Amino acid sequence: MNDPALNPAAAENRAQRTRRLVEQSLRRRYRAERRFRAYGIMAVALGLCFVGFLFSSIISTGWTVFQQSYLRLDVSYAADVIDPDGSGDLETIGNADYSGLIKAAMRKQFPDVEGRGNLRDLYRLASDGGQFDLRERVLRDPDLVGKSETLWVLADDRVDLYMKGRIDRELGEDVRGLTDQELGWIDRLVADDRLEKRFNRSFFSNGDSREPEQAGVWGAVVGTFLTLALTLLLSFPIGVAAAVYLEEFAAKNRATDFIEVNINNLAAVPSIVFGLLGLAVFIQLFGLPRSAPLVGGLVLTLMTLPTIIIASRAALKGVPPSIREAALGMGASEVQTVMHHVLPLAMPGMLTGAIIGMARALGESAPLLMIGMVAFIVDIPHGFTDPATVLPVQVYLWADSPERAFLERTSGAILVLLGFLLIMNATAVILRQKFERRW
Amino acid sequence: MATVPSDMARRTGGSLPDGGVQLDRSESAHRTVGDITAKNPVLVCRSVNVFYGDKHAIRDVNLDIAHNQVISMIGPSGCGKSTFLRCLNRLNDTIPTAKVTGSISLDGQDIYDKRQDPVQLRARVGMVFQKPNPFPKSVYENVAYGPRIHGLAGDRTELDEIVQTSLQRAGLWAEVKDRLDAPGTALSGGQQQRLCIARTIAVNPEVILMDEPCSALDPIATARIEDLIDELQQNYAICIVTHSMQQAARVSQRTAYFHLGDLIEVGSTDQIFTNPRHKLTEDYITGRFG
Repeated sequence: MNDPALNPAAAENRAQRTRRLVEQSLRRRYRAERRFRAYGIMAVALGLCFVGFLFSSIISTGWTVFQQSYLRLDVSYAADVIDPDGSGDLETIGNADYSGLIKAAMRKQFPDVEGRGNLRDLYRLASDGGQFDLRERVLRDPDLVGKSETLWVLADDRVDLYMKGRIDRELGEDVRGLTDQELGWIDRLVADDRLEKRFNRSFFSNGDSREPEQAGVWGAVVGTFLTLALTLLLSFPIGVAAAVYLEEFAAKNRATDFIEVNINNLAAVPSIVFGLLGLAVFIQLFGLPRSAPLVGGLVLTLMTLPTIIIASRAALKGVPPSIREAALGMGASEVQTVMHHVLPLAMPGMLTGAIIGMARALGESAPLLMIGMVAFIVDIPHGFTDPATVLPVQVYLWADSPERAFLERTSGAILVLLGFLLIMNATAVILRQKFERRW
Repeated sequence: MATVPSDMARRTGGSLPDGGVQLDRSESAHRTVGDITAKNPVLVCRSVNVFYGDKHAIRDVNLDIAHNQVISMIGPSGCGKSTFLRCLNRLNDTIPTAKVTGSISLDGQDIYDKRQDPVQLRARVGMVFQKPNPFPKSVYENVAYGPRIHGLAGDRTELDEIVQTSLQRAGLWAEVKDRLDAPGTALSGGQQQRLCIARTIAVNPEVILMDEPCSALDPIATARIEDLIDELQQNYAICIVTHSMQQAARVSQRTAYFHLGDLIEVGSTDQIFTNPRHKLTEDYITGRFG
């Protein structure tokens, strides 16, 4: 009882001291907590701010791309222009001068315009692309020859810019891009309800073009789809197989450590290096076609593999060992254990890795420049070996073009790219939830 | 100053002067007290040594495990009883650094023989783990998994029958018969452990190994599992590792006492708990250390 530590009064004192010290420190602890939360909120707000700025800037310049100015013209499919022999031969019909039909329709609209120079200016109000529409219509239905119909044909990009309010009438003639005479014609067309903004079909159905009003994003969308489909098809199975082997079957020794370090290094290699590798190996050595989604997919596969392998290995590491032991204890072979139990449990994590990898691949342009996917390609690709480009490269190409009308196309292409990303991620999230719902 | 006791410990072969207990850790293995043989043995273990890298985890253990009998393995933590258990179905194979020497034969056939397939062995020697570990699948799929991978059922009705009888024998049928499609992981801890037992007996093994099957369960669930062990004993050889000496006394006919990798003493459960012949056994069961 003489031990001071056992003295009741001293114990009481110590308890009080603890209480006092805890109370003193409480306020400081709460302050630190509030400060920490404030930092977090600030960080999130800053991030949202940048995202909001990005989106508002892209959407504000890009939303007009969904509409395009069209001219309503009374086109007569003159038989002497399209099919002078009356043979009905599709080749003759295909080679006819449809641009002349549009010019004739324009002349009919403005009978008072005379002189070569003036007429040329008049013709330039309609886009050169309208002739392809006419040709397609006639080829689809040769009975049209000799008849006439009222059609909406594409207007020139300068007309479109004016209609979207991007050309200021008050500016001088030389800086505005449209002459007073042209403005007069436009006013007359608008007054006659022959010029208006309609849904921009051609943006979503055309390939690239030198003429902004004809340039569409569809070629790049198809190219992106083909490239990414190949990337996913190759990188996900290979990545998962590599991760499963390294994690579940490979002996843990120097060699596996070496491989692991190098996979991690590979994930940090600049993407353009993969592009150069693809150029040297796939195109030079194997002789695969340039600018093709095949090569693009292979290059992006190389780039995406490390990400998927690393994420998949982490997902496999996260599967509790008790499940492995349970399966092995039941007499499942190692492959059965992995296939029946470990892989389904690791699948959500692997899909997360795949999303990250694919999102990176979707936004990649540098390695694709190296393998020629930066070429000017008008045709919509139909297969893995057709020349193609992808959305980020299309954005790069249009952003580099001098015509003002390409500005909204660029933002429009970015919007389409974001939409593509959204659909891709949504699919992956749904897939992941489906796997996770299996308790 | 601090290094002196450890130096002493090394020179005197691990015996520490404190506590009054001589922990004999000499280089030569301990000679087991008691009768290691059993009538009608199913597993015969001779000179079994296990190494984890440099660590000598099990030293020269000889032990027979008999048909239709429960043998419990007791001993302080880290004494190697779980390690020994995992030798019996070659689950130690999954640990890359583990090495097992000596011979263990199941019905006269060496299970560490090159020709012995571990998959086949584990179908004959089932295991129930410390923490209930049902597969994250339905109750039905949990029980059906073993018969399915081993191809024990010809068709769906046969499989249904195996699932039902296994669940009945594990005393779980009444509780889950209406929710066979519910996830196995949604059952209570005790039910999960009985599900794991049902899963194990669904493939009709010859031996069931149980590694502290009740350590994560409450007393009522524990009592149910113990009753179940009593029933299963009629058909299987059961090895149970347990930290509860009361449990060992309740469920087993034979008891083996392990200490720091040595099998110290084997005997009938009655004899071990009433009249231990080795000092270490006596110290452990009287609670002087553990």
